Amino acid sequence: MADASVVNERRATSAALNFLRRYAALTALIVLLAFNFAVTPHFASFQTLNVNLTQVATIVIVSVGMTLVIATGGIDLSVGSLMAIAGALAPLIFLSPFGVAHPALGDALAFVVPVAAAGLLGGFNGWFITRFKVQPIVGTLVMFIAGRGIGQVVTNGNLQVFHNPAFQFIGLGRVFGVPFQVIVMLVLVALAAWAIRRTLFGRYILAVGGNERAARLAGVPVNRVKRWVYAISGLCAGIAGLVVVSINSSSDANLVGLGMELDAIAAVAVGGTPFTGGQASVVGSLIGALLIQLLRYTLLANGVPDAAALVVKGAIIAGAVWSQQRGKRA
Amino acid sequence: MIGRALELAKMTSAKPLLVMRDIEKRFQGVHALAKASLEVEPGEIMALVGQNGAGKSTLIKVLTGAHGRDGGSIDFDGKPVAFGSPQEAQRGGVSTIYQEINLVPFRSVTENIFLGREHRRFGLLNWPRMNAEAAELLRRFAVEIDVRRPLMEFSTAIQQMVAIARAVSFKAQLVIMDEPTSSLDDREVGVLFDVMRRLRAEGVAVIFVSHRLDELYQVCDRVTVMRDGRTIMVSPMAEVDKLQLISAMLGRDLETVRSHATGFSAAAGAAGEEVLSAEGLRIGRRVRDGRLEVRAGQIVGLTGLLGSGRTETARAIFGADPPDAGSIRLMGKPVDPREPATAIALGVGYCSEDRKADGIVPDMSVRENITLAILPRLVAMGVVDETRQRAIVAKFMKRLAIKASSSEQKIRELSGGNQQKALLARWLCADPRLLILDEPTRGIDVGAKAEIQSLIRELANQGLGVLMISSELEEIVEGADRVFVLSDGRTVADLPHEQATAAAIMAAMAHEGAPLEDAGTTGENANG
Repeated sequence: MADASVVNERRATSAALNFLRRYAALTALIVLLAFNFAVTPHFASFQTLNVNLTQVATIVIVSVGMTLVIATGGIDLSVGSLMAIAGALAPLIFLSPFGVAHPALGDALAFVVPVAAAGLLGGFNGWFITRFKVQPIVGTLVMFIAGRGIGQVVTNGNLQVFHNPAFQFIGLGRVFGVPFQVIVMLVLVALAAWAIRRTLFGRYILAVGGNERAARLAGVPVNRVKRWVYAISGLCAGIAGLVVVSINSSSDANLVGLGMELDAIAAVAVGGTPFTGGQASVVGSLIGALLIQLLRYTLLANGVPDAAALVVKGAIIAGAVWSQQRGKRA
Repeated sequence: MIGRALELAKMTSAKPLLVMRDIEKRFQGVHALAKASLEVEPGEIMALVGQNGAGKSTLIKVLTGAHGRDGGSIDFDGKPVAFGSPQEAQRGGVSTIYQEINLVPFRSVTENIFLGREHRRFGLLNWPRMNAEAAELLRRFAVEIDVRRPLMEFSTAIQQMVAIARAVSFKAQLVIMDEPTSSLDDREVGVLFDVMRRLRAEGVAVIFVSHRLDELYQVCDRVTVMRDGRTIMVSPMAEVDKLQLISAMLGRDLETVRSHATGFSAAAGAAGEEVLSAEGLRIGRRVRDGRLEVRAGQIVGLTGLLGSGRTETARAIFGADPPDAGSIRLMGKPVDPREPATAIALGVGYCSEDRKADGIVPDMSVRENITLAILPRLVAMGVVDETRQRAIVAKFMKRLAIKASSSEQKIRELSGGNQQKALLARWLCADPRLLILDEPTRGIDVGAKAEIQSLIRELANQGLGVLMISSELEEIVEGADRVFVLSDGRTVADLPHEQATAAAIMAAMAHEGAPLEDAGTTGENANG
């Protein structure tokens, strides 16, 4: 019976650690919010909320796809480049003679085609990784490099400036005062969280990440699941790319989504999704992104320079990874 | 027989190079080694054999310092030693060559040989001297290659020679080779054996671990047999025949096998229609000519020594590693499964040998693990019907008496026996017609073992065709209605239950390396 109590005790400590691991980011977020309400001037305003949510929305949208990729045990470095491609394609479409002649159709295509293109290129990542058994970090590195090149080639490296309120609704519009991109973000988070929990595809993602060999032997179409996950990551990146160019009223394939892969990975890491795969917390990634964003805002609003904020951001990620390691050892 | 062998060993042992006596090693309280011993003379080739889990690798790791020991003594070259690490052992004269060559593939042969103790001149590496020495060293083993080329450009056999040359250049007195031939073809094996004989001629002792018994007779002077962490037998190679070796490894006297030691009831139901037949299977280097047949309502045993190709055969049938040649029929239809999903759709289930690596998804719940294979059937519009899922899980957890705090407990927290039952449940809820069980009772406690065995019989009586791979003779002898014996990748015997005695099975195993023509004459083998 001594054995049983040891097991129970270990289970209890591992449950406690799991709790900490799962809610560490949320706790930190709440603490930081409380600090801001107390210290930062004008923090408790609708505008502050909107500024922060607007800035974080693209990171969250990308990290939804990233969470799914990481849950299969992979990683996607190409998201920033895919954002640039989507961002470059959209103005090309609605500024084209056809787009000008048929504005409604042009705007619709300017949404659908770039997102689909990013999804297809993401699917290509997945095909490349599964077909040639390339490590995901290497496989998506190819698209990371080539993708930005593609974006520049289709625009001849030109900055595209535009004014198109219908299209830019995705980045500038509001619904009941809430920025539209925030709604997109929340819908995607909710959809992904639900899909992981309830759908066949979601369960397959976790099975592939949890034990790929066992999953294959249980009949899980491992390669197909992986290809879809990278395609979804591409779709999310495409949507984020449209949001960014809408906000800027311009598209520069050199700059759109620059460094986004790392921001998204950081959000996933802080959110508590382990990089070994098999578990996914999309809501965690949302909280992770919010925490990083709010921390940066807090430091800036209190006069700490942006450069120093980067160091703190690094420290948070290190802390998140450390708490995960602790959780795993238990 | 064993006593005589030990005596013989004593007579010849003038001044042994290595004496390991009464070695004990426990992992988390479980004995991996208990009173294991090993003696090696200078300039002798000692075979070390035993089943999976007999303790061979643990014993070697204790010797080389990769594991500490919990008891016993090691004398090397007349002095007591306790190497702290394989590197220290290497400096002390004991070099190990692993199955997986652990050299640096991108670097040159010379660099690999001198890695860590390069010759220097004026603080710079003295390449001409090192190249000359490396070439000279390899020439001793009749290997003439350009030592400046990267190692990866050469065949596995040459790479192994380089590993051996490196070992010898450390002034090794004892070279341990852990299954060095498993990735070599016949010609390369011949070259390796020449090298071993040369080493012997130079007074270097070799410990040779291999599962291919024929090879042992070609090069070894003596053999040490281990079982369950103990040294069971030591004998000059020429004085034991294969049958004796096998019975020592399996721990069975030729005549007696305890009856009713397992949870199997002997009754064999009438065999139904064919669910599996496989013929002429060739898979990589491990399986050369596999043949199998399973009928509904039958438990068919598939057995053979370690490395005889049992698991490879099972995986080929299931589509996990497609065969290079041969024909497979499932449920009477010729198939060519390239993915497990294909075989599953035809009504095949496969419980793998390695629960941890190939079976459970550790962080998922018992519920999810049980329903993983049937998940597509529980889905409407892509969404999992959890009500039905829970009902199925509850039914099978009850039927198989799976002990878990709830169906939501993570499967990694369950005991080995309960994990195995959950994996059985994974396939049973798919309602298969053929179930392949690879070592279904390995590593689980006695109670759960008997439960699983009687469950397998019950399922067969209900019409399921079962292909059961086992290295436990009792399980095969008592449980199987028909037994196929694999030896060195060939089906060498096909025995009905009445003829499948321990003696007959071991006799069949001893026909390792028999020419292909003989493989078909199963009746004779059975009586051998």
